[in-house]
Amino acid sequence: MNRKYELVYVVSPDASDDQVGALHTQVEETIARMGGQLEKTENWGRRKLAYEIGRHKEGTYVLEVINGSGELMKELDRRLKVLDYVIRHLVVRVDEHESVVDRTRTRRSETSRRRRVARGLPPERQPGEGQRGDNDDDRDDRFDMGVEL
Amino acid sequence: MPPRKPTGGRGRGAAAQGKDGQQRRPMFRRRKVCKFCSDKIDDINYKDVKLLMPFVPERAKILPRRISGTCATHQRKLRTAIMRARQLALIPYTAE
Repeated sequence: MNRKYELVYVVSPDASDDQVGALHTQVEETIARMGGQLEKTENWGRRKLAYEIGRHKEGTYVLEVINGSGELMKELDRRLKVLDYVIRHLVVRVDEHESVVDRTRTRRSETSRRRRVARGLPPERQPGEGQRGDNDDDRDDRFDMGVEL
Repeated sequence: MPPRKPTGGRGRGAAAQGKDGQQRRPMFRRRKVCKFCSDKIDDINYKDVKLLMPFVPERAKILPRRISGTCATHQRKLRTAIMRARQLALIPYTAE
């Protein structure tokens, strides 16, 4: 079963750009070999680390969005652990999170549309609308309880 | 032993001088709202450092709910996002 994962790894600043590229192709090959797809790659470039890792203060961040099996991610994880110029890496499964975000977003827009129609307004927000007036009562704090969020 | 400051403790100060309109509730504080609910931010992501930074003040500890006013659902999501960002050294664990 294929799932969507995000893999971020931090490459040591001593590694050259070629090495970063080579690592990326290596990851790509592993994905292809184990029947996954690489959906997106992002190179964030060199960033300052929030804390020192070993003796490093900087690192090159690379993000890969992968569709693949758990075994594939396990394999990638193992490989990255072995390489000493990868100073940190993280694998996160994102498909569930994304579907939840999608659902809340559509639900929110649907409710707002429904309410706007019920109030006799056009379903979409008009430009210039929604500026807070001084007597908007949703900020009123006299009734400090039972407010729906 | 260091000498104690004459004005110890928190709070009081502002509330003691009740202006009119605050007499009904003497210890008036502005109601806190969850930033993520009011701004309609659905996706709390570990990659979005700019979003997370206000919730990890100086000491880099996670800002508690009672101070930030974040609702329980969002605080939980915020927490996982911060912990992930910390693993990748995007956000510090501590700061001196």
